[in-house]
Amino acid sequence: MSDSATVRKEMSISDEIAIEITGMNKWYGAFHVLKDINMTVRRGERIVVCGPSGSGKSTLIRCVNRLEVHQEGTIIVDGTELSSDLKNIDKIRSEVGMCFQHFNLFPHLTVLENLTLAPIWVRKTPQKEARETAMHFLEKVKIPEQAAKYPGQLSGGQQQRVAIARSLCMKPRIMLFDEPTSALDPEMIKEVLDTMIELAEEGMTMIVVTHEMGFARQVANRVIFMDEGQIVEQNEPQEFFNNPKSERTKLFLSQILGH
Amino acid sequence: MTMINDQSYVRTEMLGEKSPPVSNVGIIGWMKNNLFSSPLNIVLSLLSIFAIYSVLAALLPWVFGGVWYASSLTECRAILFEIHGEATKRACWGVIRERFWQLMYGFYPSDLYWRPNLALVWLFAAIAPVLFNGLPKKMLLVSVAFPFVAPWLIWGGSFWVPVMAFMGFVVGFLVHRITSKTISSLVGIILGVLAALLWWLLLSGPIAEMMESIVPLEITKVGSRQIGGFMLAILLGITGITLSFPIGIVLALGRLSNLVIVKALCVGFIEFIRGVPLITLLFVASVLLNYFLPKGTQFDIILRVMIMITFFAAAYMAEVIRGGLAALPKGQYEAADALGLDYWQAQRLIILPQALKISIPGIVSNFIGLFKDTTLVSIIALSDPLGWVKLIQGNAEWNGVIWELYGFVAFVFFLFCFGMSRYSMYLERKLQTGH
Repeated sequence: MSDSATVRKEMSISDEIAIEITGMNKWYGAFHVLKDINMTVRRGERIVVCGPSGSGKSTLIRCVNRLEVHQEGTIIVDGTELSSDLKNIDKIRSEVGMCFQHFNLFPHLTVLENLTLAPIWVRKTPQKEARETAMHFLEKVKIPEQAAKYPGQLSGGQQQRVAIARSLCMKPRIMLFDEPTSALDPEMIKEVLDTMIELAEEGMTMIVVTHEMGFARQVANRVIFMDEGQIVEQNEPQEFFNNPKSERTKLFLSQILGH
Repeated sequence: MTMINDQSYVRTEMLGEKSPPVSNVGIIGWMKNNLFSSPLNIVLSLLSIFAIYSVLAALLPWVFGGVWYASSLTECRAILFEIHGEATKRACWGVIRERFWQLMYGFYPSDLYWRPNLALVWLFAAIAPVLFNGLPKKMLLVSVAFPFVAPWLIWGGSFWVPVMAFMGFVVGFLVHRITSKTISSLVGIILGVLAALLWWLLLSGPIAEMMESIVPLEITKVGSRQIGGFMLAILLGITGITLSFPIGIVLALGRLSNLVIVKALCVGFIEFIRGVPLITLLFVASVLLNYFLPKGTQFDIILRVMIMITFFAAAYMAEVIRGGLAALPKGQYEAADALGLDYWQAQRLIILPQALKISIPGIVSNFIGLFKDTTLVSIIALSDPLGWVKLIQGNAEWNGVIWELYGFVAFVFFLFCFGMSRYSMYLERKLQTGH
């Protein structure tokens, strides 16, 4: 790990609160998926959420832009509380970008159309401007030459980078990543992680659900470990990896780092 | 010298591409693979070729050796006997030549054939921008005018009637524009629809009459009972297809909606219509509906049938489209949501384009079925092509002609349906965006 990364971590975090979750509980039917979640994310923070599958980490970040509805507690994103008010939900969704495990690009639209769609229809950006922004972000994720292709013609890694660019076109203030590299071949993981690292360097507030512990060490300023729907441990990556406190964390780390 | 047991190997040169062996490509390769690949296949292929030959050997002389110029069945048989002797089987196409226009237009006045013809040409111009892309945007004006101009061309009457019908949409739209901005969008929609309905029910008639008395623009009226033959089938087919499609989409979305009442209404409608035979609905349209409507209301028989056929097709359409919606991965909805698109934007831009593409084969099957179902109206005494076949057979001259008439009707239906089927395949290829 480079020194500059450490320096960056201290630099870009402000005191302003981006996301505040208090006493949040969620059930699927009778199944209690998330139990008493409390967490605060400050602007510029990069948080990695990890844990065994079924631990509720994806559900947690999906609650932040209300792809999942929570039943108890409050979630405040950028000063707006998530409630069933559709206006609030749409406002928050347009401020919060999200990348999915399976990219979820729109296969019937070209890459460029995928990128310009939301700015044109949600933000009412003029077409020309939307296209320029889109090309800017495609260059940023290093695939401007694919603009006219359809998602089905791209590799997995390229598709995920398009998906990141698509979120960025909405100029979000917070980015959520739901296992962005789990569906990728090993040789494509790096290109996606590089894009995410670059994003982190620019001070984007990020919550990343991932099993990429290398990424957590290098980029995160906090790692949250979840199990059975609860936050079990959270700490700075250095401490988290070298000196885990909870037995569950130790077991988890030994399993994923051990092989 | 290489050693036999040496397992290590390094390729120094990559291989180029070679063309495949001759016996695998071209016609010979195809026949070898598909017709004569094994002894059993050889036998089956030869038997099939013989069967096809036998059918064609009987059919082709019947079709192409038929008599075109005879004005009755007896005359036709006499001509055939003169040429071919006793035991001959040839078609008497004279019936088609003589009754062609009736099979096409029914009792429609022959000096006014240009009107439905113009409507048909207009139809092709109107659907061109929908079927093929890359046409100028102004062509859409032709499409917008079509539903107002075409009925006027076919049924005749005052030109002010379609103008006033169109004005109803304008009025509704204006009311919607004003109220949705000042009050709320839902109120705007409701008031807009109400205003349009009021206009059509109360104002459009008197105003059309008044305008007609000031500027007379009337063309000869043609009654619904005079419309028949393929013109009727096409008329019913096209209105059914164009109206059932949007209604089907709305019903499918309604059925998947979270709003309990909307969902219940859609499910009820779909299940009721699907649970009832089309013929029953047609009888309701022709007989029962008059009992329920207020006395003295003139409700055109063709219009009633159109509504029933549209409802019937829409219920099936809704289920086909629901299948397409169900086939979409959940991630598409989530991605649309996560980008902040609202429900209608997500449906229009993301969900429906993909769901409809998936459902194309089912949708076109429905269209084809609907078009063929229009022949059922002969049962409620509308003279569609099959109704006309019976009428013609009832005449002394052509009593006993069966194959020629039904064959001709089948052939024309086949042309239309095959055309639709080929178009759907073209559409599927065009919308293919995968690898």
